Amino acid sequence: MAYISKRNRKKERDKQTAANNRRELIAAGFKRRDLLKMGLLTSAGMLIPKKGLSARPLNSTGAFDDDEPDSPNTTPFQELMPRLTVLQPVPALNPAPTIAPNTAAGEARTVAHQAFAQFPPQRFYEMSEEAGTVLMAPAGELPPQTIWGFNGITPGPLFVERYGNLGSPGDGSILLRLRNNLPENNGGFGLPSVTEHLHNGHTPLESDGFPCFFMERGQFYDHHYPNVYAGINSTHPGTGDIKEAMHSLWYHDHRIDHTAENTYKGLAGAYILFNEFDTGDENTGFRLPSFGDGQNPLTSFDIYMIFNDKHFDNETGLLKFDLFNTDGILGDKFLVNGKIQPVLHVSPRRYRFRWLNTGPSRFYQMFLLGPNNSTKPFWQISTDGNLTERPVQVNSSRFSVAERVDVIVDFTNDAGKTFYIENRLEQDDGRGPDGDLFSAGQGDKILKIIVDGPQVPDNSVDPATIPAGTYFYGFPNTNDAPRITRTFRFERGNGQWQINGKLVGACNQAPRFAIKRNTVERWVFQNNSGGWQHPIHMHFEEFQTLSINGNAPKSTGLITKGRKDVFRLEHNMEAKVYLRIRDFVGRFPLHCHNVVHEDHAMMLLGVIDDVGDNKTKP
Amino acid sequence: MTDLKRRGLVAALGAAPFAVPLLTRAQELESKPRFKQISSRERTRQRYFPNLVLTSHEGKKVKFYDDLVKDKIVIFNMMYAKCEGICTPITRNLVRLQKVLGNRVGKDIFMYSFTLKPKEDSVSALKHYAHMHKVKPGWLFLTGSVDDMELIRRKLGYVDPDPEVDKDVTNHIGVIKYGNEPLERWGGCPGMQSPEWIAETLSWVDWPKKSAARNANGGGR
Repeated sequence: MAYISKRNRKKERDKQTAANNRRELIAAGFKRRDLLKMGLLTSAGMLIPKKGLSARPLNSTGAFDDDEPDSPNTTPFQELMPRLTVLQPVPALNPAPTIAPNTAAGEARTVAHQAFAQFPPQRFYEMSEEAGTVLMAPAGELPPQTIWGFNGITPGPLFVERYGNLGSPGDGSILLRLRNNLPENNGGFGLPSVTEHLHNGHTPLESDGFPCFFMERGQFYDHHYPNVYAGINSTHPGTGDIKEAMHSLWYHDHRIDHTAENTYKGLAGAYILFNEFDTGDENTGFRLPSFGDGQNPLTSFDIYMIFNDKHFDNETGLLKFDLFNTDGILGDKFLVNGKIQPVLHVSPRRYRFRWLNTGPSRFYQMFLLGPNNSTKPFWQISTDGNLTERPVQVNSSRFSVAERVDVIVDFTNDAGKTFYIENRLEQDDGRGPDGDLFSAGQGDKILKIIVDGPQVPDNSVDPATIPAGTYFYGFPNTNDAPRITRTFRFERGNGQWQINGKLVGACNQAPRFAIKRNTVERWVFQNNSGGWQHPIHMHFEEFQTLSINGNAPKSTGLITKGRKDVFRLEHNMEAKVYLRIRDFVGRFPLHCHNVVHEDHAMMLLGVIDDVGDNKTKP
Repeated sequence: MTDLKRRGLVAALGAAPFAVPLLTRAQELESKPRFKQISSRERTRQRYFPNLVLTSHEGKKVKFYDDLVKDKIVIFNMMYAKCEGICTPITRNLVRLQKVLGNRVGKDIFMYSFTLKPKEDSVSALKHYAHMHKVKPGWLFLTGSVDDMELIRRKLGYVDPDPEVDKDVTNHIGVIKYGNEPLERWGGCPGMQSPEWIAETLSWVDWPKKSAARNANGGGR
C-alpha cells in the first residue's frame, strides 16, 4: 500500500506501459533512425513526444520517466555563440605564494611545490569558484540558471598562455590561486568541495588537481603551471621535447566521487598554449588562423568551442542532474560555450575551431552540414590538442568526453551560405554510442554558422597547398624499450565499475601502482563488453597508440594516430599505448572520463616516484 | 500580421536574419505559462522519494520519505536474505560501518537495506537476517509490495540499462548510496569500500558545523 495519489498511480502505470512499449520497440530491433521515420522521435534536439521512449539508461527498462530528457522547448539558433572571456593576470597575490603550503592562511594544499624554484612563476592569476546566474536559452524560454563557475561564469575564463621560449624555459610559468567561494546551499546537486585539474598539462602533480587534494569552502589552493614541454628534466634537459607540445587544454573540477555533478553545474573552462610555431598569429610559424584578442570577429579566427549536453526540469525549467544514475547521463539540450544551439557569424576565410566535449557522458561525431544536406569536409589538425603530422582532410571527427579536436574550416568560397555543426552519432543511453550514424540532416544540429561576415584578409596557411610530408612537429619515437607492460581491464561487476576486477582505491589507501620517473611504459587497455564504452584518461603525460585490436592506428578518417590523453575504448576493444613518464613526481589518477563512471569508482590512483613497481595488472 | 509590421518587429529585435523563427517565438512566449516555483529539495523528493509504506524487519510500518529520509543523513543499499554472493560480505562491511559511525546511527544517520526479493523476504526473514548479523538500532531492513520495492529500486538508480542484465538482481547490490536530505548532498560508493573510508565519504555530506570542525583538523587527507 502506498501513499500516492490516484493521479500519480495512473502516471506510474502510464510510465510502465510506455516503458514496455519502448522495450518492445528495442526488442523488435528498431533503432532511433526507425523511430524517426515512424514519427515517434523528432530530429531536432532529441525531443521525444511519446511517454516512456526514454533516451536515458535509468529508465530504458523501467517503471518511471521522471528523469527522461523532456526539457522545455527552446528555440534554436537565436542567440550568438559567446566567445570565451580571456582571463587577465593580476599584479600580485596576497598573501604571496609560498613553496610550502600556506596552511595558516587557509591554503588546502598539503604538498610543497616541487618545481617552483626551477620555474618561478612569471604571471599570477586568481579565480574564485562561486555561484553565478546565467541564461542558457533565449530570454523567457528558460528561467535564469544558478551555476557554479570559475569566476561565476560557465564556461570559465580562457587561459591564453605560452610555452617558455627555447633557451629560457620557464618564462611561461604561471601560478593560479583558486579560492573556494561556493555556497553551502547547492540548489539540488553539487558538492562545494573542489579540486581543479588542468587537463592535460605536464604539471607537477601537487598542482595537477589530484581528486583527493580537494579544498573546502573558504580555503584556497595555489596551482603552479610551469608550461614546459615534457622531457625538460630528463630526455631533453633544459628545453623539453618540442614534439610533446600541447595546444588545446582545459580545466575542470575533479573532486573525488563528485566530478560529474560539479562539472555539469559549470566548473569547467579552456586553456590554450602557444609557442614559436603555433603562435596565434597567422603570419608566423605554422601560420594557423590568428587568435587576435579572442573577441574581435574581424581579427580573431581561432575559436574554442565547448560542447556539452544538459537536461532541464520540465516544470521548473531549471538545470536537472540525475542524482542516482551510475550508468551515464544524457541531456537533450546541446550547448556551445554555455548557450543552447547558438549562432556564429563568420567571414569567408579559414578558421581554427577547437572542439571540446565536457560530457557528462555523450560521444559526438561532428559533421559540417551544408546547403541541401551536403557535407562540407574540413581539416583535422590535432588529436586532444596535440598537432597531427599534417592537416588531414576529413568529413567528420568523433570525440568522447574530454577529447579535443582542433580543425581548420575553409569558408573562403562560402560567402552567403549557412552551415551547421551536426552530431550524427546515435546514442540512446549513457553507456556509449552503438556506432550507428544518422544520415545528413537527421542528426542533432548544435551550432549554426552563417558566412555573412565582412571580407577580411586571410594570411593563414591553406592546408590544401601544403606539400607532402610532415608539416607540424611529427611524433616522438616509440622505439625505446618499455620498462614494463601493464594491463588495465575495464569492466562492470555487481552493478559497479571495476578495473582489473578491483574497486577504486580510496584516498586513504596506498597507491594501486607506482611508475618509476623517467621511464617508458606500455599499457594495454581492455574492454570486454559489447555494451559499454569508456573514454580512458591518463593525467600528466600524453601517450601514443601502438595498436587497436592488433591493427596500426589510422591517420585518415576517424584519426587514431597521434598523441592523446584520452583513449576512446570502444566495444570489445583492446589497445596498446606507449608513454613516457618524466620530470616530476607525485600522485595521479587513471580513470574513465565518462564522469558518471568516474564518480562510481572507475578510477585507479597511482603514484610516480623514483622506485616504481612491477605490477603488470595493477 | 502584415509584412510591413513584420519588418518593423524584426528591426526592433535587432535585424536578425531569422524573421520567421523570431515571430514564432514571440507568439509562443505570449501563450507560455510561467515555470513553477518549486524548491529543489521538493523536486528531489517528488522525483526520487515516493512516500510508499514499507515494513521494517521490526514489523513497523514506515513511510519512505516522511519516516525514513526526511531531515536525515541516510545510507541506502539493496540486498536479499538468501543472497549467497556479494550480499553477505557487504552486510558484514556495513555492520563494521555501523560500529565506525557509533551512536550517530539512529540519531541523525540512518541505514536502510531494501530487499530485492520482497516475496521471499518476509518481516520474519529480515528480522532473522538482522539478528544473524547483529545489526544494531538505526539500521532497518525493509520490505513491501513487489511493485513498491521495484519502484524504490528504480528511483534509487539500482538499474542496468540492459534488460537482461537488469533481471539478475545480483547486479544491484554492489553500490551503496548516501546523502543528506535537507542539505541536498548525494553520492554513492562501492559497498565493499573500507568502512573507515565510507565514513569519510559520509562526512562530505555531513552537517555544516560538523564538517567545518573536521576541516579545521585537516580533513581526511
